[in-house]
Amino acid sequence: MIAFILRRLVQSVLVMLVVSLVSFTMFRYVGDPIAAIVGQETTIADREALREQLGLNDPVLVQFLDFIGRAVQGDFGISYRLQQPVMELILSRLPATLELALVSGVVAFVAGVALGVYTALNRRGVVSATIMSTSLIGVSLPTFLIGVLLIWMFAVELQWLPSFGRGETVTVGGWTTGFLTDSGRASLVLPVITLGLYQMTLIMRLVRAEMLEVLRTDYIKFARARGLSNRAVNFGHALKNTLVPVITIAGLQLGSIIAFAIITETVFQWPGVGALFINSVQFVDVPVMAAYLLLISFIFVVINLIVDLLYYVVDPRLRIDRASARH
Amino acid sequence: MADVLLSVRDLVVEFPTRRGTLTAINKVSFDIHAGEVLGVVGESGAGKSLTGAAIIGLLEPPGRIAGGEIRLKGERIDNLPPEGLRKIRGRRIGMVFQDPLTSLNPLYTIAQQLTETILTHMPVSKAEARQRAIALLDRVGIPAAARRIDDYPHHFSGGMRQRVVIALALAAEPELVIADEPTTALDVSVQAQIIDLIKEICSERGAAVMLITHDMGVIAETADRVAVLYAGRLAEIGPVHDVITRAEHPYTRGLMGSIPTLTQESDRLVQIPGAMPRLTSIPKGCAFNPRCGDAFGRCYTERPDPIDRPGGRQVACWLYKKEMSHV
Repeated sequence: MIAFILRRLVQSVLVMLVVSLVSFTMFRYVGDPIAAIVGQETTIADREALREQLGLNDPVLVQFLDFIGRAVQGDFGISYRLQQPVMELILSRLPATLELALVSGVVAFVAGVALGVYTALNRRGVVSATIMSTSLIGVSLPTFLIGVLLIWMFAVELQWLPSFGRGETVTVGGWTTGFLTDSGRASLVLPVITLGLYQMTLIMRLVRAEMLEVLRTDYIKFARARGLSNRAVNFGHALKNTLVPVITIAGLQLGSIIAFAIITETVFQWPGVGALFINSVQFVDVPVMAAYLLLISFIFVVINLIVDLLYYVVDPRLRIDRASARH
Repeated sequence: MADVLLSVRDLVVEFPTRRGTLTAINKVSFDIHAGEVLGVVGESGAGKSLTGAAIIGLLEPPGRIAGGEIRLKGERIDNLPPEGLRKIRGRRIGMVFQDPLTSLNPLYTIAQQLTETILTHMPVSKAEARQRAIALLDRVGIPAAARRIDDYPHHFSGGMRQRVVIALALAAEPELVIADEPTTALDVSVQAQIIDLIKEICSERGAAVMLITHDMGVIAETADRVAVLYAGRLAEIGPVHDVITRAEHPYTRGLMGSIPTLTQESDRLVQIPGAMPRLTSIPKGCAFNPRCGDAFGRCYTERPDPIDRPGGRQVACWLYKKEMSHV
């Protein structure tokens, strides 16, 4: 178990190194940061001085090592555009993104599993058929369109919910949260639906397919033949087996929810890292882009690690080395 | 003769398909007496397993019982509501499936699966259920049962898993055990052990066994009576010794003739010409008529019902009614 975790940790570090190389390369070669920082009337001499000052004339390897060294300490330099430390910028906006992603992740997972199980158990029902065909909309409509449609319906026409922003936030120990105010919670609803709809339908369709597969297996037939109650068979034996592959996908989906919050954040003017990233792209604010890339890959790596460990907990067959040591 | 435990009368199982309704089991009748072992033989697709599934109420939809009656100790069980049927499954009729490798839920320990079954059917405490479970495992020949009970199915070999499956099928002390090809998936060397175990443990508990197999050797050694199915119909039923040594139905004769013996000095095995008809093209009259060497006029027009023969036998063949109808 410990060896397994260590092995995974080493792999994770390798992945992070590769990603930082990519993000560093981007740093170096995407556009000319100097051009983005200074005005048009700046002299060439001033530009060169700035270039020297930012360390852009050092050898590539030195710059890369320097980059990694500082990144490990959480120093991603100063934003060209906002003239603030990148880490500070990201940290101030991370709570907004994480709250949005977490809530829509949980909603998508719970609703997705529930609907998936329901449609698998009532395969021939009218309700299931309706859910399945509606889910096609969820899979195929682009996120920004769903967002705009929701705004039009619930914010413009019905005026039930706010159309942009986080509402009032409360700062708890450096973390700004929207959970504690009415306007904060109301502001969450539309972005959460927008961001989570695709993931929910994906999880639902996956759960349904897996569950149908599991329900056909011999051990389910045998569980029924032993006279176990429907509840024990469907929600004990079948669901547990269904969730093994679903966990992987759901974990990866949480990662992509955080990463792809960009679009939702743009549509709803959500003050999160995604919106920060989009603005940075427009201004070729490379330090922010690089830091964002590293942050997202770090989140993915961590989630993957957690998923692997969950696998280990759920599926006893993976614990084989411990078992064989016992016998 | 002992009391009739299970009585199947004119059982019809149908599968509605797009191209019309397939009749997979067509008016099959037989009895199983308390404590006896009834062997059910036939080729693949003859309806052996379906008969078992129909009795225990686990036909895969869209398959359904379209006619006839199934009575357990005189009480009809084929038309029970799902909940009533569930209470019979495991408690009064146990079932052992073909493949022990897939019959057990991989994510649950043996203890969990056993105690769950016992607690479903019997008014005992958890601790008592566990004690019973250990005793059962011990009885079916799992060494160090008290220690191994908390292992997962993948810790056991195929033969051991089939022992666990048998323990599970017998956990609530059913009056009838349906064993659907219980040794087909096993290594030849453990087949005999498993068959002996089933026979022993059932006779010790007074449970009757319906042993579904295509292995005539197993039938000869184990069964008290044997029923021969052909194309979803009963061809012949009677005491196992009589049927094997003096088969009456031409199909049974062919079946017995095709078993190779060590003393036989022959290069070729005897075989019945042709193949069993598909369910979509069962011939008019006797289903066996295209392959039968003794077929005559009536066999092509009218289906023979089982005819009572001396020694408690029944044969569905016009050869044995010829005298009466042609005088």
